[in-house]
Amino acid sequence: MKIGYLVRRFLFLVFVVWTAATVLFFIPRLSRVNPIRERFAEIQRSTGYAPRDLENIIKAFETKFGLDKPLIEQYLDYMGSVLRGDLGVSLMRYPRTVVDLIGQALPWTVILLTVTTLLTFLIGTGIGALAGWPRSPSWVKGMVTPLMVLAAVPGYLLGLLLIYFIAFRAKLLPLSGAYTTGRFLGPELSIEFILDVARHAILPALSLILTSVGFWALGMRGMGVTVQGEDYVNFAEHKGLKQGRIFYWYYVRNAILPQVTALALAFGSIVSAGILVENLYGFPGIGSLLNAAILANDFFVIYGIGMITIVAVGVSMMIIDLTYPLLDPRIRYDRK
Amino acid sequence: MTSLNGAGQIALEVNNLQVTYYTDSGRVKAVDGVDLTLKAGERLGLVGESGCGKSTLALALMRMIKPPGRIEAGSAIIHTDMGSIDLLKLNEEEIRQARLSKISYIPQGAMNSLNPVMRVGKQMIDAMRSHIPRASERELTERAEQALESVELKRSVFRMYPHELSGGMKQRVCIAIGILLSPKVIIADEPTSALDVVVQRQVMETICRVQEKIHAAVILIGHDMGLMAQITNRVAVMYAGKLVEVSTVREMFTDPLHPYAQALIRSLPNLDNKGIFQGIPGLAPSLLRLPSGCVFHPRCEHAMEICKSAPPPKSVTPAGRFVSCHLYDEQGNRAHVTGHKQKPVASP
Ligand SMILES: Nc1ncnc2c1ncn2[C@@H]1O[C@H](COP(=O)(O)OP(=O)(O)OP(=O)(O)O)[C@@H](O)[C@H]1O
Ligand code: SF4
Ligand SMILES: [Mg+2]
Repeated sequence: MKIGYLVRRFLFLVFVVWTAATVLFFIPRLSRVNPIRERFAEIQRSTGYAPRDLENIIKAFETKFGLDKPLIEQYLDYMGSVLRGDLGVSLMRYPRTVVDLIGQALPWTVILLTVTTLLTFLIGTGIGALAGWPRSPSWVKGMVTPLMVLAAVPGYLLGLLLIYFIAFRAKLLPLSGAYTTGRFLGPELSIEFILDVARHAILPALSLILTSVGFWALGMRGMGVTVQGEDYVNFAEHKGLKQGRIFYWYYVRNAILPQVTALALAFGSIVSAGILVENLYGFPGIGSLLNAAILANDFFVIYGIGMITIVAVGVSMMIIDLTYPLLDPRIRYDRK
Repeated sequence: MTSLNGAGQIALEVNNLQVTYYTDSGRVKAVDGVDLTLKAGERLGLVGESGCGKSTLALALMRMIKPPGRIEAGSAIIHTDMGSIDLLKLNEEEIRQARLSKISYIPQGAMNSLNPVMRVGKQMIDAMRSHIPRASERELTERAEQALESVELKRSVFRMYPHELSGGMKQRVCIAIGILLSPKVIIADEPTSALDVVVQRQVMETICRVQEKIHAAVILIGHDMGLMAQITNRVAVMYAGKLVEVSTVREMFTDPLHPYAQALIRSLPNLDNKGIFQGIPGLAPSLLRLPSGCVFHPRCEHAMEICKSAPPPKSVTPAGRFVSCHLYDEQGNRAHVTGHKQKPVASP
């Protein structure tokens, strides 16, 4: 029965990814902008170079990338090559491939967002748990409100403030980038480099954490308030358990269940979660790449990033589905 | 089932217990000067209308009154072989240790009293470990499985999750937890109200059997007078935060002293049948605005002038019955006999 469930769950994942990828394929095509023409227009603006037979060159490129075929045919071609692991070439950085560009940007995003997502989850859930616990001092219970105010501030605005006061005025931390380009030619494996990256990552991380920790705290407090009034928490006290044990094993352990689902979804969407902040800090991650691709109408890069986002969300949902029964024994694989 | 099984030693002595809830609309005296004595091995039924303060009394003994409630006064002394302790004077850590080991509580809502994400056995071991931290895992497991057997559950329940158990089984698990450390006093707050009649009876019989085994005193809270009659030794009737009468089951059913207790007994369908208390004429008083004098006087058919102004004395009859009513003098003799009263329900 468990194997059957696994197979069904995997087929469902494939279906979700395929559906989302199809929708994703057609959306950028609704715009009538021709990315190749745009690219040459931009070259002309910046360098003054304008080839004489521009129309022919554009035609040639369109044929090369298959953009002159009917949309349906393009769709089938693209799906076919995706299955072969080929995400195509970038229109804006030709001849570099999409896989190459994403491969360069992805590690930055994954590191930054994995760390911030985990930290936000731990801090927010911790504060929320304490805020919902009746025995907490009142200042702890009141902590969620200022965090919610902070969460209402748009991330880029908070980021701008941090840049202005901490990086620009106080000069405590670098303004932008992922590492000091003058000091290092490229990423390398050394203590100095890692420390340098960490220094650059502090402000983007802070912007991400401060603007979302309130949501985690609010969610956890809401569940906490419900759970602390449950009979089993009361009965635990009747049993003479120590407060710490009741807090963790009877209260947090039950209140955290929805938070864990949310965490899995948050991990699935880390690829897209940092777009604004990455752009603001000139952080060379997926967010910055996607922003550039959208501006340049670079279909294939947009598709590529979209595909990994969808797969990431789908896979994390599948993982949480499969592991949830370990967290909550009431949920079982074989139930509908 | 109404014999006292080797009762003798006093297990619990409650004196002048007072609990108040400070609500937005005023102070609610939910327990107002309750005195009660329980002997080891004895089973006392505590009955009264909804909201009269039964659970509050139980929670006060467990020291589990939460804000806005407060224990205002009184003492609750548990006598053990190692001496006597006043539950109301213990500090946080001491009362934590006393819970389950000296006095245990089987909750009203056993349906949700078990942690849904923890196996039954772990919850039992949890309870024991917080009192005997150095015991070995094997020893505790053995004890937990024995406790499960003593409430007629299979040992395999140890490894199950609460959602795999029926309501009656969950209630039994709660009982098994309640007796793990052989407490002197067990309070069962409507332990069966969510169960069907057959299971109710079985669960009550289980409580009685394990209670006899560990020779604990039991306070059984409930509405079902019929069940009380079959299970308990004595019955305490509570009205608006006060005890109005405490008598043996036989006395209570054949010759109730207090007019409220009389009305209660009369409202039962049949003395021999089980019957659930249906209620008596008049409205239960709001604890926020209690009548002056005897709080029962607006509903009492024997009410006299004095009842409107002076609270009734607490009397103990030579036979040891407790009653609080102006109809009786300090020795429990019928003091005021006036013409227009209707005849007593029964005479001794
Ligand atoms: N947490 C609380 N805050 C305010 N008032 C309360 C609280 N708990 C109980 N009360 C009040 O105290 C009184 C006694 O309540 P209690 O729960 O002890 O009654 P009970 O006899 O157990 O009733 P039931 O038979 O319905 O269980 C009620 O009038 C109730 O309104
Ligand atoms: S004191 Fe008076 S009012 Fe109260 S129960 Fe006795 S007779 Fe009735
Ligand atoms: Mg109650």
